[in-house]
Parts: sequence; C-alpha cells; structure tokens
Amino acid sequence: MNLAEKILAIHAGRDTVKPGDMVMAKLDMILGTDVTVPLSVEVFRNMGAEKVFDPNKMALVNDHFVPAKDVKAATLSLTMREFARDMKVPAYFEVGRSGICHSILPDNGLVRPGDLVVGADSHTCTYGALGAFSTGIGSTDMACAWAIGELWFRVPESTKVIVEGEFTPMVGPKDLILYIINKLGVEGARYQAIEFCGCAIEDMSMDGRITVCNMAIEAGAKTGLITPDRITRDFIENIYANPTPYTPKRGRDIGGEYGLYLESDCDAQYSQVLEVDLKDVEPQVSIPYLPSNTKPVGEVSDVAIHQVVIGSCTNGRIEDFRAAAKILGDKPVHPDVRLIMIPATPQITEALIEEGLATQFLRAGAIISPPTCGPCIGGHMGILAKGEVGLFTTNRNFRGRNGHPESQVYLAGPEVAAATALTGRISDPREL
Amino acid sequence: MGNKLLFGRVFKYGDSIDTDVIIPARYCTSFHAEELAPHALEDLDATFASRVQQGDIVVAGHNFGCGSSRENAPIAIKGAGASCVIARSFARIFYRNSINIGLPILIAPEAVDGIEDGDEVEVDPATGVIENKTRGGKWTADAFPPEIRNIMDNGGLVGYVKRRLAGMNT
Ligand code: SF4
Repeated sequence: MNLAEKILAIHAGRDTVKPGDMVMAKLDMILGTDVTVPLSVEVFRNMGAEKVFDPNKMALVNDHFVPAKDVKAATLSLTMREFARDMKVPAYFEVGRSGICHSILPDNGLVRPGDLVVGADSHTCTYGALGAFSTGIGSTDMACAWAIGELWFRVPESTKVIVEGEFTPMVGPKDLILYIINKLGVEGARYQAIEFCGCAIEDMSMDGRITVCNMAIEAGAKTGLITPDRITRDFIENIYANPTPYTPKRGRDIGGEYGLYLESDCDAQYSQVLEVDLKDVEPQVSIPYLPSNTKPVGEVSDVAIHQVVIGSCTNGRIEDFRAAAKILGDKPVHPDVRLIMIPATPQITEALIEEGLATQFLRAGAIISPPTCGPCIGGHMGILAKGEVGLFTTNRNFRGRNGHPESQVYLAGPEVAAATALTGRISDPREL
Repeated sequence: MGNKLLFGRVFKYGDSIDTDVIIPARYCTSFHAEELAPHALEDLDATFASRVQQGDIVVAGHNFGCGSSRENAPIAIKGAGASCVIARSFARIFYRNSINIGLPILIAPEAVDGIEDGDEVEVDPATGVIENKTRGGKWTADAFPPEIRNIMDNGGLVGYVKRRLAGMNT
C-alpha cells in the first residue's frame, strides 16, 4: 500500500484497502471555520444531536471574515463562539489568538503524522505536509463528523510526483507547485491523492511543504502527502516541547503523542507518475482565471499590477516574508501599487517584528494586515474594483474570487510578488 | 434521491465551473437557500437566477464545482430551482456536498455532448436515464456506488447519522 492507503486502512480498522473501496473511517481532527461552521451547527441541531463525539478532536478557527467585516460576518463568528462554548471545545481560536486555519492547526500540534483529518475548507489538504491524510468536506459532512467521529471515504488512486534537483535562485516551493499543477492540469489528479517525493521534497522545510501540499486541490486532488521524516519530527517535537494553550495535553487514540511515521511500500501502486527536475522550474505566474494556467514569469512580464498581496494559507508563513524581504531590500513600493502583507498567525506577525521585517515593510510603503483570509476569498482587507489587476501569493484566481467579476488576479510566489510590488509590472525577481 | 421524474429546460455551461462563480464568497455570509439563490451563478451568467424555472437543469463540462468546500454552492443551485446537474465530471467536494444535501448530480459525458442550451430534458434520478425531449437522444448516467446509493436511500448522510445516533441512545 502507499502512504494514503495505509492511513485510511488504519483508521478504517482494516488490514488493507485498495483504490475504489468505500470505507467508514475514524477521524482524528475535524476543522471548521467561521464561514462553514454556522451551517454545520444548524444541521447538527436539526438532526437532534446534542453532544459532539469528542471536543478534543475538533478545531474551530476564526479566519475567513475576521475581524468581523460586517454584521453578518459577526453573526457567523458569534454562532461558532457559542457552539464552542456549549460543546466545550478547547481548540476554539478567538480573534487575536487566531489566524489562518491551515497555519493554526499545525503550529498548535493539532495535526500529527498519520492522522486522518477532515476540514470544512477545501485547503485542508495542506496537512499532508506533516504526513497526515487530510481532505476537505462540506458543512453537512462536518456536522455528521462531529456527531459520530467517522465519515465515509472512497479510497483514492494516487499520483506520485517525484521532484529532484535543487532550486535555482529566486525560485521556491510556490513556483514548484504552480509548475506541477500546470503539468497535471486543473483536474489532472481529480479524486486522487498526490504523493510528493524525491530529494527536493526531502530537503524542503515545513513551510515549503505546506505551500506545496496546500495547492494539491488545485489539481483536483483529494489530498497531497509527504512521507513524514526527520523534518516532520523536528517540527512536531518542537511544538510538544513548547506547547501552546491549544496543544492537546495527551496523545490521541491512534499513534500516541507524536503520530505515526508511515511510508509507502516499495511495491505501492500509483495511477500516474510525474517527474520534475528543479532545473526546469523558473519563477511561475498563473494567469486568470485558473490556477493551472501557469507560465514562466518572463512570458507575462508586461502586465501592470495595482495590488500585490503576500499572505494566505499558501504563502503566509515566516519563510515567505523573509523571501519577500530579501527582494524588497530598502526599496520603496511602486507608487501605483498597494502592497498588502498578511501574516498567517499572530506568532508570524510577532516574528516579523522581532526580525525587523515589519519595519522594513512599513518603510517600503506596505500595509501589514491582521491574520485573516481577507482578500484571498474576496472578503475584506483588499478587494479589487472593476478592471483592477492583482498579483497575489494565494492559491486561486477564479473569476470574481478576489473582488469585482471584472477584476483579475495573477498567482505567484513571494519572490515574484515582491519584485512586482517594486516595479508595478509583473516582474522576474532574477532581473531586478 | 427520490424516484420522481425531473423535467426542465437546460442551462448549459463550460468546463471547470468553480464555486466562486456558482456563489461568490461575498454572499457566503449566509447559508440559507432563499438568500443565496438570487445570486446563483451570478459571476458566470448574471441572468441565470432570473431566468431559471423550478425543475430546470444545469448541464456542464468537466470538473463542475471545483474550488472551495462551500456547501453554499449546491444550496444556491438547488435553491434557485434547478432540479439536477448533469456534467462530464464533478470536483469531489461538490460531489459529496450535493449528495449530502440531496441535489441530484449525474455524470454523463455523452449526454453533455447531445444536449444544447435551452433544450428540454427529462431525467430519472433513480435509473440515471436522461432523455433529450427537444432533439432526441437517450443516455444513462454512471451509476452511484452501492454505498452512496445506501446513503441517498436513507435520506442523505444526515438520515444515516440520525439512525446511528438513535442506535447509540437505545
Ligand atoms: S487563506 Fe484563502 S485559500 Fe486559505 S483558507 Fe483562507 S480563504 Fe481559503
């Protein structure tokens, strides 16, 4: 079996599973956010459920429309807050202690290798970075999962992506995943698990792995996974050595405190294999309106940009801001550009301050937003007007996602984003 | 998903119709059908919500419903009056959500080829048979796996869980 199959088999209480099998599987963690929880609460109450199966296996995160952008958003958060209180959920993240869910969960030790995680958010696939099987579900699914702690899954086929070589200068994990999605296509891995492996993945930091697994869904995948290894162990052990108030006090049922370190068997089956050599990966830009429409930056470099956003669950981690800072140097943001920085968590904001990046960004003329999804989902904190063009480090550029239906967003990594903020046009960071 | 025959006029769209155009996030501060329905497919076809009649059918290409996990998307389509969606393929969370909320969805690539915008089509959700009443043609959609049929026959996932909870209490 491969990694995805092993995790599903263990949680379904079976010795083996194969693609196409339908299994009921036990869940280790169920994630909900302000935008998806309220509907689940209604479904949960309507089905007559009174108690959640285990409040320790849930996380409720304020991130999408917070700090509340309007009365309706405030009401969504209120519903979630009251539910968290009623159900005594320890991992309820209130504004000020909260941030983008897909950074909050890993950083608080709420996801471990080998876990089976679901989240009412499509980018729940991110936690494959830690060697968990994690996938997005809807609000009805989540209500049912809260009630019984299990859900049905179809065991997916797996796509193997082998990445060898070393990053060339100014190229990072975001460029890699944009390149991979372009090769696979927007539904090239639909219903599948993508297993990322190869030397380049083994050498990659946890921040980089998070960027890569985050966008597996953009190729239609159910999840993206990386075999947990020394880097995973260091990341997890560091959290348990320095727990936050939300870090679970004791190990969960399967895998004890530190999780299960599983790997694919040598004879594991894959429905397709893609080999990538990093020497072929240049800085990438994805063109509206599909994330898979990617091109090397050189082919789109005369597009004028009004707003640059660096943030989101894809690229809102400290390494992303360090990469941007390197390119910004002491230069100012182009007069026609608004540069919005959105650290994914309060801890990342703190690191920006400690490392002097916050001052550097402010002096360059950028604005630093509180941790939120904000403009990534067209919520607030930087919506685009009709005809405006943005370059975001987020993960989707569908029509109207980030503002007016006639606005456009190009996707790129923090290096291209920073270079673009300086010049006002989509720019190759290698040419500055 | 009920055994009633579905009949309606077709609204046909292309590939990779994503959840952001099905229901933009700016409306997702609500999850109630009556608030979402007037904005269904707004960023793709601003006239859809005003033209669609109860029972009408959405037909599309590959990867329908790709993108976000928002259940608001199938709720908006169903709330607007559409009785089902026929596509070449569906994105997986949309597929799950539709089954869970009871919006019939059918995977039938040949039917998509044989149906044009504005055609009148009849669908039997029990057998998956799709018939184009305007220009002729009859196709059968891919059957649901038995486990999913079982969930649907028991009133969706909620019905299944209700029975489980009742069992736990006895
Ligand atoms: S940052 Fe964007 S993609 Fe990530 S969870 Fe928030 S809205 Fe979704």
